[in-house]
Amino acid sequence: MAENKERGSLSDILNDSVDSEINEDEGEEVTAAEVLERLEQAWLNEKFAPELLESKVELVECMLDQIKEMEENLKEAGKGDLVGSLHRLEIQRIRYVISSYLKIRLKKIEKYAFHIMEPSNDKTDYISRLSAEEHVYAKEYCKNVEDLLKSLALDDMPPNINSLDKKKSVPQPNLDSYLFMKVLQPQEQVELDPDDQPTDLEEGAQHLVRYSVISSLLENGAVALT
Amino acid sequence: MFGEKALELVKELKRSGDGSLPPYNEDCVRQVLDEMKALFEQNQKDVSATVAGEGGRIAGVQLRHASLERNKRCLLAYVYNRMEKIRDMRWDFGSVLPDDVKNNLNEHELSWFGRYNRSLAKYMRSVGIDLTQDSKPPKSLYIEVRCLVDYGEFETEDGNVVLLKKNSQHLLHRADCEHLIRQGILEHII
Repeated sequence: MAENKERGSLSDILNDSVDSEINEDEGEEVTAAEVLERLEQAWLNEKFAPELLESKVELVECMLDQIKEMEENLKEAGKGDLVGSLHRLEIQRIRYVISSYLKIRLKKIEKYAFHIMEPSNDKTDYISRLSAEEHVYAKEYCKNVEDLLKSLALDDMPPNINSLDKKKSVPQPNLDSYLFMKVLQPQEQVELDPDDQPTDLEEGAQHLVRYSVISSLLENGAVALT
Repeated sequence: MFGEKALELVKELKRSGDGSLPPYNEDCVRQVLDEMKALFEQNQKDVSATVAGEGGRIAGVQLRHASLERNKRCLLAYVYNRMEKIRDMRWDFGSVLPDDVKNNLNEHELSWFGRYNRSLAKYMRSVGIDLTQDSKPPKSLYIEVRCLVDYGEFETEDGNVVLLKKNSQHLLHRADCEHLIRQGILEHII
């Protein structure tokens, strides 16, 4: 119940403070409340997916601009103002979502840095999923780690084994891990299990499936992780 | 037995538990590298003997090579896992490490920490948000904190000045005092 109330107040606030609507790349018009909803979904997906997903940096930037605008508007509100403090709390919540989203991505980039940065034909092109800033970060991180491993261990090893095998000995995400997902758009004849008959996915249904089976559906936004 | 020293390194790190970092075991690492060198030289001798026509040495070479690979793997795991711990400390303590942690680091690890710090700071600047803040979902705008040390005057974001004296309690903005809590100057009263 309380959750619902918060949700209600949040969308009110967002709609109040946004006079103009924001244009996205595709040209469609969305309100700030919708952007936030998408960001929250992207955040959950990123949190539960084992591998790095497409970067949603445009949502983050949009939301950050919104927050700034809201903070400007709130400067006029006094300290004891109840509405003002509720607005401030909502801003804090949005900030939390944004920073948690970016942090989860950074942790994944750090964990799978070599796997992400090493181009290869037989796996997803992760580099294109990084935002420009993340790409810089990932490159620096890789170099740092490699330098450390070299200076502490590899350089003193015999010449035939003193290199780092970036294809074999680096951490990789487990794409076959199981997770819960919710169907947003109905799908027909999806093969969830190779031993089983293909099933239709109904809207709103929840399934426990292997990540690799639904990764392409997740990319299209047909399913969401919960 | 080959590879024992290397395993000892890994075990030592594993035993130290979460959140603490034992001193960098320079001696043991050196011993492992010496063992690898000896194995490698012996292997080279045997290989050239085999090439020269002497039989029966292949098995020894293979065993030594397997030991070499195992040593390498253990050593890399040791360095890498220490690095991960140091990295997590950046998020716990901020950009300056406490002295007792610093003393346990090797000079290379220290310079790694410095570079990690810089590239993280660069990233956070370019996105325009401090990721070390807002680490917990906010329940309320203000939180009640108790001061654990004499800190002196502290200016909050809206311009008020609070005197943080030991054992005094305050109601502060979460954003203002989050890093002070992490540094152990304030304590969050639940």
